[in-house]
Amino acid sequence: MSNEPAIEARGLVKSYGGVRVLAGLDLQVPRGSVFALLGPNGAGKTTTVRILATLSRADAGQARVAGFDVDRDRRQVRRRISLTGQFAALDAAQTGEENLRMIGRLAGLPRAAARRRAAELLEQFDLAPTAGRRVGTYSGGLRRRLDLAASLAGRPAVIFLDEPTTGLDPQSRLTTWRAIAGVAADGVTVFLTTQYLDEADRLADQIAVLNGGLLVAAGTAAELKHRVAPQRLDLTCSNATAFEQVRSNLTHPVVHLDPAARTVGVATDGSAAQVRALLDQADPGRDLVASFAVRGATLDDVFFTLTAATPAAPPAAATAPAQEAAHV
Amino acid sequence: MSDALIMAGRCLRLSLRSPDALLTALLLPVMLMVVFVYLFGGAVAIGTSYVQYVVPGVLLLCAITGASTTAVTVCQDMTGGIIDRFRSLDVPGTVILAGHVTASLARNLVSTVLVAAVAAGIGFRPHSDPARLAAAVGVLLLFVAAISWLAAAFGLAVSAPEAANGAMFFLMFLSYASSAFVPVRTMPWWLRGFARHQPVTPVTETLRGLLLGQPTEGQLAAALAWSGGILLASVLLSMALFRRRTA
Repeated sequence: MSNEPAIEARGLVKSYGGVRVLAGLDLQVPRGSVFALLGPNGAGKTTTVRILATLSRADAGQARVAGFDVDRDRRQVRRRISLTGQFAALDAAQTGEENLRMIGRLAGLPRAAARRRAAELLEQFDLAPTAGRRVGTYSGGLRRRLDLAASLAGRPAVIFLDEPTTGLDPQSRLTTWRAIAGVAADGVTVFLTTQYLDEADRLADQIAVLNGGLLVAAGTAAELKHRVAPQRLDLTCSNATAFEQVRSNLTHPVVHLDPAARTVGVATDGSAAQVRALLDQADPGRDLVASFAVRGATLDDVFFTLTAATPAAPPAAATAPAQEAAHV
Repeated sequence: MSDALIMAGRCLRLSLRSPDALLTALLLPVMLMVVFVYLFGGAVAIGTSYVQYVVPGVLLLCAITGASTTAVTVCQDMTGGIIDRFRSLDVPGTVILAGHVTASLARNLVSTVLVAAVAAGIGFRPHSDPARLAAAVGVLLLFVAAISWLAAAFGLAVSAPEAANGAMFFLMFLSYASSAFVPVRTMPWWLRGFARHQPVTPVTETLRGLLLGQPTEGQLAAALAWSGGILLASVLLSMALFRRRTA
């Protein structure tokens, strides 16, 4: 029992209206670790979370969470987990403290214990100053933090966080990260989904990259980063012919293509020597490339590298959101 | 059971915190009663004073307008993130909905008392005894519970709170095409059949009988059958809709 992983999924398959969202997902999350499921919109992240948190049933495959089967022992699983979705699961017309007390009591705490737990959580998440205000008046960051606090009210063994910082400003993102790290430090197993590489990097012990309903890579942040160039050199060409010419000149992996802007992106370590060499390779006659920029690798670049897919424009991330929105 | 109490407490608190909706639910029936008594009452010749006739009908209209809030709040719950939280805490759908219905009953109790007080002020004089009065309250509460569960089903069936509110309008029409405001015999012949055989008429007539010391035979059984039937059907429908929404 104690050696059993907190989360274990085998061959999860789920389709919505003929669209296959998960195509046989396997994953394992050790107890007390932080696991990040990284992927673009529409990759199947929310679907995975909903199945593991017992809110949806998989069409095929099995999953065990906190020692119980998510399908056969729903109640047992629900007693040991909590889920914080993409939309704040709080009552806007109740105060922060009232929300925490209500959720604590629904999680099975007696009245007095729920009040104590609420006070503890308000303290732990720096929410005490706003505890008496209605949640409707909270900022986005404050609301996320309260939401996170609420998911801990019943002392779950495993918490699921679906895109915990999407839509937050940088400052609130940092505070939310600190709060999540604090939760993990208490020994709770954290399963989070994210679209941001830096978020997974910052928080997770293990990262799995989900694309098109399948894991395309898994490992620690360092392992994944090793497989991805940290920077991207964007070459903007003077015209459409030059764009094609530059593409064919490059032998280095192209990770980004934007014909409309006539931009070709190649992976680079960002060193002056390599940038100079790449420019020479792309544009030996010095008349094709109008300008260039070196920028940090984006998640798209990671995907292109990890999936070895040919970059397409618009990138996959931009075409998929409708799919995910349709089944939430 | 304790989950049910927590959910009921939550819904009551939310009711109290949306003062505009609460005010509408409380004042609308009173204003309608005043409109009916003073504007239309003079034109309605029914042999007794119109206020005596119309108060039971207003109590039902009050139940229906009060219940429409339930449709809206249920729909808001279903479309917001909180439903997933409740489900992952293993709160059953029926318990979540029962919380909304309990709050609806409480709101209706308050608005009923308010209507009764204003009615007394403008000349309504019941001829009843404590037993019949208690029976009247029971009949009314059963009707409110039935309509509130029906409203909860509406709230589950539609995708936006505005639509939930709209769905309740046709229930208000039921009270107009009944004996709540005018006797059925004054209606055109093609409407009488419908007016007599729909839920609002027997419930109104039963309340009238219990409050004014008139016989209720025939009507009481029909009233209980209608309310009980709607209640049962709505609970079952809500459970099915909840399962479908959260599948």
